[in-house]
Amino acid sequence: MSTVSLRVEHLRVWYRTLRGDVQALDDVTFTVADGEIMGLAGESGCGKSTLGKSLIRLDGRMRHIGGAVELDGKELPVWDSAKMNGFRFKEVSIIPQYAMSAMNPTRKVGRMVAELLESRGVGFDTVRDELRRRLDLVELPQEVLERHPIELSGGMKQRMVMVLSTLLNPSLLVADEVTSALDVSTQKAVAETLVGFRDRGFVKSMIVITHDVSLAYQIADSIMVMYAGKLAEKAPTDVLVGSPSHPYTQLLISSLPEVGVRYADRRLTGIPGKPPSLLNPPVGCRFRDRCPLAFDKCVEEPPFVEVERDHFVACWKAI
Amino acid sequence: MRRYFGRKLLIYALTFFVAVTVDWIIPRFMPGDPVQTMLARASLRPEASQALQSYYTNLFGLDVPIWQQYLNFWARLLHGDLGISIWQFPQPVTSVILRAIPYTLALLVPAVLLSWWAGNKFGAYAARRKWLDNTVLPLGYVLTATPYMWLGILLAWSLATVAGIFPIAGGYSFSLEPSWSLTFVGSLLRHWFLPFASLFLVGFGGWAIGMRNMIIYELEADYAHYLESLGAPRRLVRRYAFRNALLPQLTGLALQLGVIVAGALVTEIVFSYPGLGYLVLQAINNQDFFLIQGAFLFIIIGVLLANFLVDVVYVLVDPRTRTGMRGAS
Amino acid sequence: MTVSDQEDLAAAAPAAPAVTPATVAGVRASREALYFARRNRKLVIGLGVVLLFLVVAIVGPLLTEHGPNEYVGPPAQRPSARFWFGTTMFGQDVFAQFTHGLRSTFLVGVLGGGLAAVIGMLIGFSAGYRGGLVDEVLNMVTNVVLVIPTLAVLLVIAAYLRVRGVVPEALFIGLFSWPWVARAIRAQTFSLRSREYVDLARLSGLSGPKIVLNEVAPNMSSYLFMTFILLFGGAVLIAATLDFIGLGPTEGISLGLMMNNAVLWSALPLGMWWWFVPPGLGITIIVGALYIMNVGLDEVFNPKLREM
Repeated sequence: MSTVSLRVEHLRVWYRTLRGDVQALDDVTFTVADGEIMGLAGESGCGKSTLGKSLIRLDGRMRHIGGAVELDGKELPVWDSAKMNGFRFKEVSIIPQYAMSAMNPTRKVGRMVAELLESRGVGFDTVRDELRRRLDLVELPQEVLERHPIELSGGMKQRMVMVLSTLLNPSLLVADEVTSALDVSTQKAVAETLVGFRDRGFVKSMIVITHDVSLAYQIADSIMVMYAGKLAEKAPTDVLVGSPSHPYTQLLISSLPEVGVRYADRRLTGIPGKPPSLLNPPVGCRFRDRCPLAFDKCVEEPPFVEVERDHFVACWKAI
Repeated sequence: MRRYFGRKLLIYALTFFVAVTVDWIIPRFMPGDPVQTMLARASLRPEASQALQSYYTNLFGLDVPIWQQYLNFWARLLHGDLGISIWQFPQPVTSVILRAIPYTLALLVPAVLLSWWAGNKFGAYAARRKWLDNTVLPLGYVLTATPYMWLGILLAWSLATVAGIFPIAGGYSFSLEPSWSLTFVGSLLRHWFLPFASLFLVGFGGWAIGMRNMIIYELEADYAHYLESLGAPRRLVRRYAFRNALLPQLTGLALQLGVIVAGALVTEIVFSYPGLGYLVLQAINNQDFFLIQGAFLFIIIGVLLANFLVDVVYVLVDPRTRTGMRGAS
Repeated sequence: MTVSDQEDLAAAAPAAPAVTPATVAGVRASREALYFARRNRKLVIGLGVVLLFLVVAIVGPLLTEHGPNEYVGPPAQRPSARFWFGTTMFGQDVFAQFTHGLRSTFLVGVLGGGLAAVIGMLIGFSAGYRGGLVDEVLNMVTNVVLVIPTLAVLLVIAAYLRVRGVVPEALFIGLFSWPWVARAIRAQTFSLRSREYVDLARLSGLSGPKIVLNEVAPNMSSYLFMTFILLFGGAVLIAATLDFIGLGPTEGISLGLMMNNAVLWSALPLGMWWWFVPPGLGITIIVGALYIMNVGLDEVFNPKLREM
């Protein structure tokens, strides 16, 4: 893992609401290397989806407050939607959470794809063969292009969106909760397809957003854990799962059921409490109130530092 | 698709049946002797009175069982016999109405089609520009809240009485005889314009607002977000949104048909335009019940046909109904 | 749906009142709705205008000692200090007619709109909740009444009635205006009926109507209210049209009848604008205010629209 593909520095994205600013993403700094699949995990409301979206399109009430993003050495102007357009689909792409309803219901799939490509200045003929090959790869019949979305099953729609989003071989792919709505066996297939995309070079690096740490464990090279809008820990997968440093990560990992362990003897522990409101976030470490290891220094916010090679933690106890 | 049309046709057939039955029932179940009431209220010449008396007696068939009266009514209806007009005695109702229908259609068809099309285009356009949206929206709401006849009155007063640009009444100038001359056609058009404009404007407001709201709704749909995430230019997204928004607008057109027809009727009354509406007014003022009933049936048939037409167009436009899947209903 | 951070974070702030069980959350929702309601310009202005006209309708007739149809002044007079809206062709006080007409307008709106709302709710809830054969039958009925043009039916009915009053007119209007309401309510009931709290209620042994009343309807209360407003406006327009054709109440006065008289007695070519402008303007303003009020209400009840 040598060259850096994505570099994010001090990214701040807030939501402007009538009640004030929700500080969804607060001073986030990390890198993703060339060819790396990074899992982005955390509970609902931690900011992972916001992070994923902010890399490609700020929508609705999202506001870019500060920070810079760099992709393949070039600046990614995430705050300027017009300038970002040149990068969308071609350099940065997304498989949205709502893949099932992501296609225009009144257009044949093939026609929509063609019109989208033409509008981005890509002749349909130039990619037609590649498109067919990829459909075969994900085991979609070629007739899919002649159908309307309503005629396809959920899984087919999902796969179609996956093929479409990666058609132009983007550098960075954001996969936002792509397995959340699926059954376990389909999850496996989708996860394997994602890895396949990376292995075949369709995408360079990938951020897989999920609330399911075990999924990240299956396919990601490294996992980044977020909590309440801030980064908690980032490490190569085995390290994070095997020896997590941040108390939150530790609790997260230990709350997973293990194969072969019977829970007659051991209770499945969750993490008591809820994440803080991000309208007026608390001072200092945001995990303080729920953390079993909290002490007086935690009133001061811990920095996200590298404690060993490629292993970053934001916790006074780990530094 | 067969199921779709089958169901629609069933509803229309049922509706027609109900309407005709209602039409037949109402005079019979009003209190008092309908025949005498009608004869007493209509002042007629003796020979007319005699003819009508026997006709009514025949119609209400006091000597024939009820179910047979009902069937006779249907039989007559299917022969195109809607009775004799009291007001324009001895002309049959059917021919009186058929003379007026072209005028009404000349108003309705262009007004409906143009206002729907222009309103939708304009509403979509307004959804794009904030400043336009802020001025257009209140105007649209005001227009759609305006009763049809009042707008007609305003136009008649301002452009005809005050400004004198257009004539205020009639289908054509009273001094002219119907012919194919340019003067006559010109006169027709001049008399046609204000009632048409009145119908057009009210409809326009409604469709513009509806389309504006639908576009905003469509632009918030998942497919729009996805396309934008993939960098699709605004015009592609808007094109999709517009086409998708047209579908509920089309359904809305079918729902509005009754209201639009009513609007056309009263607009004609304002301008004394010799269509069905004006006819209805005269019928009411002269207590010509056969004419009223005939007009009612014509209106029903017209609305049912128009509904069916819209259904056909909808199937052509919404690919989901064609593939046999249940589209938006 | 989308389990995105955005929605969760926004939910950490106020709870959307749209679909929560009618419990403590309901109370908090209505207080929050009131907060936004007071600040919504469209709602405030629309409601204000309607209330203003209502006051005029109630108080106005008390200001004039004579009846609306009495011949009290010189005919065809422009508005003056004595007759604020001038007089008709026969010397009737247009202002008196206007205020009395407003009364009948509001009466028709409330009665007609109310009846249509009730029928629509009954049919919509029954069809949506029961499903099956009940749904099929009610659907057919709804579709038939939907296709029949209201005015045409009212035409035939009213033509045969010798004496017509405001109340029967309103009731007849209500009897035919409900189909779209029934459809919409049915659709919403369908989606709500599969929610968990409805299942819970069913398990606890509540009867169907009780479930609808206590669980389903309160979640749609905002929608039902908005529906009533639309029906109110619709009834006013239909009544005006009916009156204009001459099939309105045989006694008294209404705004539609005023316009009918005006047109009938050549107010147009004679330019007697004070006779035909006020009634139409009154209807337009009231119905327009109702529509705008509705848009405001939609913004209050639907958090997504608020920020646009």
